[in-house]
Amino acid sequence: MSIDVLFDSLEFGPAPESRTVADKWLQSHKHRFGHFVDGRFGKLDDEQGFESTNPATGAVLATLAQGTRKDVDDAVTVAREAFPNWRDAGGPARARHLYAIARAIQKHSRLFAVVETLDNGKPIRESRDIDIPLAARHFYYHAGIAQLVDSSFAEHEPVGVCGQIIPWNFPLLMLAWKLAPALATGNTVVLKPAEFTSLSALLFAEIVADIGLPNGVVNIVTGDGATGEHLVRHEGVDKIAFTGSTEVGRRIRQLTAGSGKSLTLELGGKSPYIVFDDADLDSAVEGLVDAIWFNQGQVCCAGSRLLVQESVAGEMHDRIRRRMDKLRIGDPMDKSIDLGAIVHPVQLRRISELVERGLSEGGHMYQRSTSMPADGCYYPPSLIAGVSPSSILMQEEIFGPVLVSTTFRTPAEAVELANNTRYGLAASVWSENINLALDVAPKLACGVVWINSTNLFDAAAGFGGRRESGFGREGGWEGVTAYLKLKGSGVPRERAKGRQPPSAATPRYGLSTIDRTPKLLIGGRQTRPDSGYSIVVRDPLGNRLSEVGRGNRKDIRNAVECASNASEWRRTSASLRAQILYYIAENLNARAREFTETIVNQTGVSETDAGREVEASMDRLFHYAAWADKFDGHVHGVPIRGVAMAMKEPVGIVGVFCPDEFPLLGLVSTLAPLVAMGNTCVLVPSMAAPLTATDLYQVLQTSDVPPGVVNIVTGYRRELVETVAGHDNIEAIWYFGSPRHIQKVEYASAGNLKRTWAVAGNKIDWLSPSRGQGREFLRNATEIKNIWIPYGEV
Amino acid sequence: MSSQTAAGSGRRNVRHNPGCSLDLDRISSTRVNLSAVERRVATLAGRRSIKAQWQAAWLLRAITLIDLTTLSGDDTCNRVVRLVAKALKPVRSDILDSLGVAPASIRVGAVCVYHGMAECALKARGSSDLPVAVVSTGFPAGLSPFNMRCEEARRSVELGCDEVDIVISRRHVLAGNWQALYEEVSAFREACGNTHMKAILATGELGTLRNVAKASHVCMMAGADFIKTSTGKESVNATLPVALVMLRAIREHHHATGVAVGFKPAGGISRAKQALLYMTLVKEELGRAWLAPERFRFGASSLLTDIERQLEHHATGRYSAGFRHAMG
Repeated sequence: MSIDVLFDSLEFGPAPESRTVADKWLQSHKHRFGHFVDGRFGKLDDEQGFESTNPATGAVLATLAQGTRKDVDDAVTVAREAFPNWRDAGGPARARHLYAIARAIQKHSRLFAVVETLDNGKPIRESRDIDIPLAARHFYYHAGIAQLVDSSFAEHEPVGVCGQIIPWNFPLLMLAWKLAPALATGNTVVLKPAEFTSLSALLFAEIVADIGLPNGVVNIVTGDGATGEHLVRHEGVDKIAFTGSTEVGRRIRQLTAGSGKSLTLELGGKSPYIVFDDADLDSAVEGLVDAIWFNQGQVCCAGSRLLVQESVAGEMHDRIRRRMDKLRIGDPMDKSIDLGAIVHPVQLRRISELVERGLSEGGHMYQRSTSMPADGCYYPPSLIAGVSPSSILMQEEIFGPVLVSTTFRTPAEAVELANNTRYGLAASVWSENINLALDVAPKLACGVVWINSTNLFDAAAGFGGRRESGFGREGGWEGVTAYLKLKGSGVPRERAKGRQPPSAATPRYGLSTIDRTPKLLIGGRQTRPDSGYSIVVRDPLGNRLSEVGRGNRKDIRNAVECASNASEWRRTSASLRAQILYYIAENLNARAREFTETIVNQTGVSETDAGREVEASMDRLFHYAAWADKFDGHVHGVPIRGVAMAMKEPVGIVGVFCPDEFPLLGLVSTLAPLVAMGNTCVLVPSMAAPLTATDLYQVLQTSDVPPGVVNIVTGYRRELVETVAGHDNIEAIWYFGSPRHIQKVEYASAGNLKRTWAVAGNKIDWLSPSRGQGREFLRNATEIKNIWIPYGEV
Repeated sequence: MSSQTAAGSGRRNVRHNPGCSLDLDRISSTRVNLSAVERRVATLAGRRSIKAQWQAAWLLRAITLIDLTTLSGDDTCNRVVRLVAKALKPVRSDILDSLGVAPASIRVGAVCVYHGMAECALKARGSSDLPVAVVSTGFPAGLSPFNMRCEEARRSVELGCDEVDIVISRRHVLAGNWQALYEEVSAFREACGNTHMKAILATGELGTLRNVAKASHVCMMAGADFIKTSTGKESVNATLPVALVMLRAIREHHHATGVAVGFKPAGGISRAKQALLYMTLVKEELGRAWLAPERFRFGASSLLTDIERQLEHHATGRYSAGFRHAMG
């Protein structure tokens, strides 16, 4: 086109990025890749290959190997062999490798960006300016973690062999999020990239082999979901880390239930984007470009649900539509493109179908008015306004460039609408009023909040969700613990000594003279079990001591109702919670003798041991009273003018199955950290000695514990495990007891993807001040929410 | 080439903003989030890349948007004559020939001088259509007596200047005295009559972007045809965040009143690449219609030379040097 014509039209014109070097790289592999195991690419048999295509054109880029059970098995074996040396190399040695990886990514940054865009369809601007730099940053950050891990986590050790399964939306970045913390902490890895987008992982493999990462530390097996399932099921894998859809995440939870594998899941979302009437509207509109039109909306934390205050809704929608008209859609290799191609025709169909189905339920759709590419896999940016919360468009993750919108009247209604979802990944809050923004942020059920911003990421700040958006955090100090375990944990310990076996002699203390009828503690009141049945409690010699209620489904339901109604507990001050824990200890102390007697009567341990348990229980209450106002969050050093506050929040309602080993100490050891951190709980005490729990009712009632904060339901574990684990309003479950129930607990927890902490009760040294209490418990009693607060006025 | 930009149609920039009453609600509801504004402009360069003949075309367009400026204490008549000569023939004709562009279609938007130099400039431009703009009303600080400032604008108009760049009293903005600012700019508007008026905000002295946005609105309400960032004499002059805030204010005013106010970033824009960024921002925020001399100007003195060097590179494929291009 001639310059004088362009002088008038002032079009942007094409600005294509070159693909020459990427093509050369593909040619050097003859466009065929086997798995990368033990530092080498394997052979690719013709019959088992699948094709990886460029979604912008449909052209085949390469043929890749479909990982079989044997391929996965070989990779896990190699990773297992490499593990001891890698672990024992020590943090500083591993730091040098991570540093070298970060440098290598930077040195080959443009090649990575081009490969990523060819394979995924995302605009080259994004792969070049966001994906690849963030991936490098993640390795730099974790080089630092490797350097510090030995001293900062002296009590911990790596988990072992990690199976990592990553999605197609940020292929190299998700690889970095998975590999960097795993390697820094001394684990070895078998990673499966998404079948649509494996190429950048294979390029990465080639480059880390060049820089001398020991063979077997990183292994990459390509393939589809079947390959992933082999990895998830593999017995030689100690941990699974998955990022992807909630549906697959749930399946992984079920498959790993009872296997002893540690698990972190980063799943889907339907994140709210809340605009208050005092927001900088133009900036909020521009934010949407980065929220829902970033990576074609194929972002788990995309701000896909616009909630806008009624008074500015019309203006906001007008401005969004005008902004949409400026978006450029087309060849992702063009540097001036805002939206590239949808990753695969399968995904394009899914988006179209969902939108079509949703529109039949109401809403007005606006799509960008300018033209779309004729060929390739594209979907236009879309705004659907006037959508009600009941619409499928408000409920389901579309994973495409489709923004749905509704209005609210008050901040309280905004919060209610924002939380009216099964997901809980991220949220954006737009308001120039700091009071409003900082009031709303903690009330949102999610793991990340961006104030007056959106989709900010950094290795120093944790990322991850609540509810059905998964559990675990990636990035920051909070992400490190996912790849560590306490030294020696997982191995049964001989610590039950210190306790005498039940004596053959008649217990020293007789029965109370007046019969007592222990009930259940629900909502602060002692209530009769719904079943109308009781369970006889006997001493070790078989003598009848008393009876306790046989709690059932309905009792659990009622207890959860009360725990839910007591949720104001989370907003009480930490110092008040500390005061109450101290008070429980004080009242327990006053009745120490009685509790000692009951323990002796039920378990037959010596009076000395029972007394020690009561004493330890009072210490434990003091311990968590001490922690209540000291388990502080962090302010992360993220690269913005502003802060990312990592706030610790209570998990919510927690179901607890208390350990059998110590009737009082086991109960207190679980109750106290949960209460200290602001959770409400439903406890099922040990049925080996339930009278200790029922005796505690009065102590709790006289210690100002608000009704519903602690609920106790006695009953048979086998009858209650699945009800508790399957309750959708319980957000976490702690299970300490016989391993035979762990599978059930974890399997049933997949329903609402509740966090589980399930260990054989005898694997925890309850008397130990280092293992029976402390940070491990507090971590499990809290969620971390990262609130990004950019600031600045001049 | 479109007729509106071709030589022969010039000196067309008469008053086009009738103004409106002061809307204090709009002022008080103005919000600007600095971090978000900075993010927008920080990613702009990465989002739009203008290459090859497109770049040459945009740079030629940039030339037509320049208010070629000299505002120095040592300005002399001969200096201004030289400037006018350059303004009328900004690019070597052999370069334009090889780019396939008619030399007649390329001249700068205006020359911009002090009132004291206006007569020289008017004489030098002769019968050509090159507009002469003057800075006025106590430029740059705007602290001389109010009636003298109004009088200065009137004199410039009487001399036959085509455009008057007035400066606002920063103190009115810093004190939040929007009524006073409105009255001041309205008085200047009256003094300028139907002559094209640009209001210089001196954004580097307004403290916050919110003040920039509010002052932009008040000046537009008071009838400014253009809002301009800076005098070039403040320690901070045109910046992209300031430009974004002013462009958004212009857009809002346009939607509210239907009046299209122009924008002039001035000071510190000396590279072709910077000029492309500003133009990209204007096109993205306001649209193609704003990339015309009636609605957009660069206040610049050395930008032209850098553009000439880039254009010669387009024409020859070799990187150019400044001394190969005639001085202004």
